[in-house]
Amino acid sequence: MGLGQYYQSRALDPALRPPRPDADAAADFSRFIRTLPDSNHELTLSIDGVQCGACVWLIEQVLSREPGVVAARVNLTSLRLRLVWGGATADAETLIGKITALGYHLVPFRAGEVGQGDDKRARQLVRALAVAGFAAGNVMFLSIAIWAGLDGGMGPATRGLLHWFSAMLALPAVAYAGRPFFSSALSALRHRRTNMDVPISIGVLLVSTLSLIETINGGNHTYFDGAVTLLLFLLIGRLLDHRARGQARATAERLLSLRVAEVAVLRPDGTLERHAPESVLPGMEILVSMGERIGVDGVIIKGESSLDTALVTGESLPEAVAPGASVFAGMVNLGAPLVLRATATGANTLLAEMARLIDIAETRRGRFVVLADRVAKLYAPVVHIGALATFLGWYFGVGASANAALLIAASVLIITCPCALALAVPVAQVIASGELLKRGMLLKSATALERLAGVDVVVFDKTGTLSNPDLALIGDYAPDDLRLAASLAATSRHPLSRALCVAAGPVMARDDVVEYAGLGLQAGEIRLGSEAFCGAVAFGDNHAALYLRRENGALVRFSFAETLRLDAAETMVRLREMGIHLIIASGDREAPVRRVADALGIKDWFAGQRPSDKMALVERLRAEGRHVLMVGDGLNDSPCLAAADVSMSPASAADISQTVADLVFQGKGLGHVATALTLARRTGRVMRENIALALIYNLLVVPVAIAGYVTPWLAAAAMSSSSLLVMGNALRLKRGIK
Amino acid sequence: MVVILWLLGASLLVALCGLAVFFWSVRSGQYEDLKGASERILFDD
Repeated sequence: MGLGQYYQSRALDPALRPPRPDADAAADFSRFIRTLPDSNHELTLSIDGVQCGACVWLIEQVLSREPGVVAARVNLTSLRLRLVWGGATADAETLIGKITALGYHLVPFRAGEVGQGDDKRARQLVRALAVAGFAAGNVMFLSIAIWAGLDGGMGPATRGLLHWFSAMLALPAVAYAGRPFFSSALSALRHRRTNMDVPISIGVLLVSTLSLIETINGGNHTYFDGAVTLLLFLLIGRLLDHRARGQARATAERLLSLRVAEVAVLRPDGTLERHAPESVLPGMEILVSMGERIGVDGVIIKGESSLDTALVTGESLPEAVAPGASVFAGMVNLGAPLVLRATATGANTLLAEMARLIDIAETRRGRFVVLADRVAKLYAPVVHIGALATFLGWYFGVGASANAALLIAASVLIITCPCALALAVPVAQVIASGELLKRGMLLKSATALERLAGVDVVVFDKTGTLSNPDLALIGDYAPDDLRLAASLAATSRHPLSRALCVAAGPVMARDDVVEYAGLGLQAGEIRLGSEAFCGAVAFGDNHAALYLRRENGALVRFSFAETLRLDAAETMVRLREMGIHLIIASGDREAPVRRVADALGIKDWFAGQRPSDKMALVERLRAEGRHVLMVGDGLNDSPCLAAADVSMSPASAADISQTVADLVFQGKGLGHVATALTLARRTGRVMRENIALALIYNLLVVPVAIAGYVTPWLAAAAMSSSSLLVMGNALRLKRGIK
Repeated sequence: MVVILWLLGASLLVALCGLAVFFWSVRSGQYEDLKGASERILFDD
């Protein structure tokens, strides 16, 4: 059974409608095409919707059958497609059309220079790791022979030879594999700071030099093995750390690049042109088709429709708009096409206002100093002073030779080198972020876990966060009415229509439905829509409603309400059990907010909050010394997300909120919030345990080293065992999380 | 005991070859898409 046969049954008929009609915007790819020296063209794209190898296979097969395609390769890790073809640059449209027709959404990938530098650094680390591993393995072989021969079985000539071979392997390896540490230490010293890399560099260099002198003098002990194993362990930690950071960055980059929606500008001659939103000038006319998200702020000049404003204002019901109404970027057009005139762009748009608030919030938040750095700051001076005191003590106090005293001081440095410290935090972080990813949570910031661990207040937005992003049908209806209404509603994108279809289950859409924007739907004599449209009498409750008028004039009223996310109540209980204080801050009116707060048993709630009010609330809490987690999805929440100690957003959130949030969670559940907090607390505990383990180990071994009893083999064994211990401890995170 | 020189030299040479191969594999981008590589083994072509 081959994949080939499976996909033969999957029709690639271009006439078929693409499975996702909303991903149809024909973006302008020509700017991103690069012409290679061999006159072929190259284009790199981000792909949305690729799940597994079968998607990769399908995309590559379809593309490679096209004439002119030289190379088409999907990277499943970074979710990018690299396309190389000969011929005209305009062929790109055809090729991309083939993939879009399969249901994948493609966006040109703007390869930033930052990202490329990052790749280079990762490669450098991998190479350094390889060299360190190579040297450590081989030097250790030689060292075992030396240690075995120390009892007198080995003559000085053989030992000298083995020492020379060790030096030959270790010195170039230290010079090559140590570069990441040396350069970081140098730049820290240049800025008159110190970091973890300073003691590492001094230790490794001092030990290597002394060992070389010992080798030349034909001494008994060299520490080449210690120096290279140390680098090996440290590089493992460094690479893991880099991976975690890189993943966070790549996720953010992808989220951003997938959302570079273009705007359709209507030129005076009536033709359409696609522009990036930032290149639209005030006064330009913009066409917003049905289902499209508005890209700029503007005033409606033609068309009537209703807009989904949930992401901007937090209001859950669609808002009817007519010419003259102001609209903002981020709203979604639910009805008929609209023509807008772009109003002042730049610093005056609502989006820019949010960006400004976010900036303010972020500068006020200040830089979070990670635990490992705080420990290193205390640790480095103590170690250096300790080693210096050891040297002075042996040289002046005991009267040992300078060489012997230096060697003992070096063994102190090797023993105290923050190997376990440098591994303790990255290993825990990598495992925890992997566990989060498995549960549908993307960690975007490397320090978010540590910040999350300290949280004692959670501020929730209401619409779209505590409640489902969509309204739901409430009450009981005759199945027949529901099916009939759904058969009309299936053709519409209005939130109420969609809610109706969800409640009715699968139905056949009628093909004779006409949509009247802002009013309703009609098929023959049957109408579905507002009370005026169906000739009904208004009904005195607050619920949003749709009316169905059958051919015989009988009326049915469908009521809709905001529903809480399924596990909202349960999550609140879990959070309360963790001793966390809960607050709701919503832009919605008082009644719905009170209803939700009562349903969830939350006493602290604030309604009618503007973005700046929410931000002030969070800042007041922080000034009281609380650690705030903000969970929100709307554009109006974004400054608040930036102001909080740490923030989470559902994957259905506004683009800007997802960009600002430290953690993005997928799925319908709110349980992720509690799970992430639990995991973060456990991770924080494991990190502290690891650091404590590393320090205890030092307390035990350092006196032995100062006393001069540490031989090279003891140093190597102690170092390795402490590293393995912290890694093992971090692995416990994999067990027992809900 | 000269044989030990030969042995050490030969073994290091072999190990160095391994290191060179690893460097080549990093440079040719074989670690760029580990997830994709594990799926590609299942393709027919």
